Amino acid sequence: MLTKRIIPCLDVRNRKVTKGVKFQNNIDLGDPIEMAVAYSDGGCDELVFYDITASAQGRPIDIEMVKEVAKAVHIPFAVGGGIRNLDDMRKVLLAGAEKVSVNSLAVLNPNIIAEGAKQFGSQCIVLGMDPVKVEKSEKFPSGYEITTQGFRTRTGLDALEWTKKAQDLGVGEIVVNSVDADGTQAGFELNLTRMISENVDIPVVASGGAGTCQHLIDVFIEGKADAAIIASMIHTGKFTIKQIKDELIKAEIPIRKKW
Amino acid sequence: MITIIDYKAGNLTSVQLAFESIGQKVKITDKPEEILCAKKIVFPGVGAAKAAMDSLKELKLIEPIRQKIAEGVPFLGICIGMQVLFESSEEDGGTQCLGILPGKVKKFKSPDKSCKIPQIGWNTVKIASKHPIFENIDDQSEFYFVDSFYPDCADKKDMIGQTQYADANFASVAGNKNLVSTQFHPERSGRIGLRLLENFTRWDGTLATENTEDTEK
Repeated sequence: MLTKRIIPCLDVRNRKVTKGVKFQNNIDLGDPIEMAVAYSDGGCDELVFYDITASAQGRPIDIEMVKEVAKAVHIPFAVGGGIRNLDDMRKVLLAGAEKVSVNSLAVLNPNIIAEGAKQFGSQCIVLGMDPVKVEKSEKFPSGYEITTQGFRTRTGLDALEWTKKAQDLGVGEIVVNSVDADGTQAGFELNLTRMISENVDIPVVASGGAGTCQHLIDVFIEGKADAAIIASMIHTGKFTIKQIKDELIKAEIPIRKKW
Repeated sequence: MITIIDYKAGNLTSVQLAFESIGQKVKITDKPEEILCAKKIVFPGVGAAKAAMDSLKELKLIEPIRQKIAEGVPFLGICIGMQVLFESSEEDGGTQCLGILPGKVKKFKSPDKSCKIPQIGWNTVKIASKHPIFENIDDQSEFYFVDSFYPDCADKKDMIGQTQYADANFASVAGNKNLVSTQFHPERSGRIGLRLLENFTRWDGTLATENTEDTEK
């Protein structure tokens, strides 16, 4: 049976893993390579790295780091942040990443999804999106608006319409990162995840809000997510991946048991 | 030395790094003459079957591949490198493939919305018949899959590992004699995946008992 994936997210700033709440007040947590190895050995199913300052500093993504990760772990990992064009995508994939994640770039230039999918295959192209709750209206029938730059820029795009468009363009997987829940450890935004998941045929990864094992159980059952991103709950040492997986197995969620 | 065939069907970095991490020397090549002197061959690939076949033709790699498999050289196909070994694929409106393994490659049909296509993630592999590449690997271990299509073996004796997804209970590992192939990506399947690759590097291409009984249910 296909298992639900648990994906630690490593936000990287100046070669250090960092974590904030709602994209603010970041503190440094450790070395990205060491943490990747520890989580992979601990049984995580995949990893995602975001170079969170590349965009703001107008520099390309840290390719040397991607190469080091690829040498150190042999599970799939995605890389995002600071992808500016097809050439950046190619570099990340050739460095050994399984997937490349675009967010702001795709909002500015949706065609990058189609071009990336054609060049490298849909399975390599992940769309990250940061929806925020708004009043339901004609403009926002789903009740969620897509933001970029960590909530700072509103795009005027309805979350569900954007999702469907991205699927049509050939994206392979969608990461739904709830801005309202990010870093709060108060639970995933289940309605949002479920709405997106029920309306696409491609896998949906829930992100933002994981704080307890029950949150993960909820997002897999009620939120209908195919995978879930976790950060604070393991970065702080509150849980190990093994503990999380044991709880999910007790709740009869299909989970990878051997590693 | 492991020879990896580069036929422009996707990125070979992770395959290369996986073999290097278990201490193997790797040669990546698209040259027929280099493939003809290979001692162990890995035939990876992602993407579409038709593009893969077109590229194999253009690079004149089909005959060298057939010859090496016939010679008894240990040969490992991965993902698209597995699918093109079969007779044909439903992909791209029907694609003629190499026909080295009998059977067709079919598209998953999802019974409902909750079953996404492509299959992306870790799925269990049931060992259908004992094989050297499963040495020290538990039955029902999980491996990493990314696929919309699956091989349907015409000869059930070729089924070495079996996986269930969507409407299919398919051969996630298939082969015979010196040929073995996986639908999943061992190079992305963590330590257990590396163990499978290590088993392949140790394998001389022969099977302990040629009359391996089919243990399928």
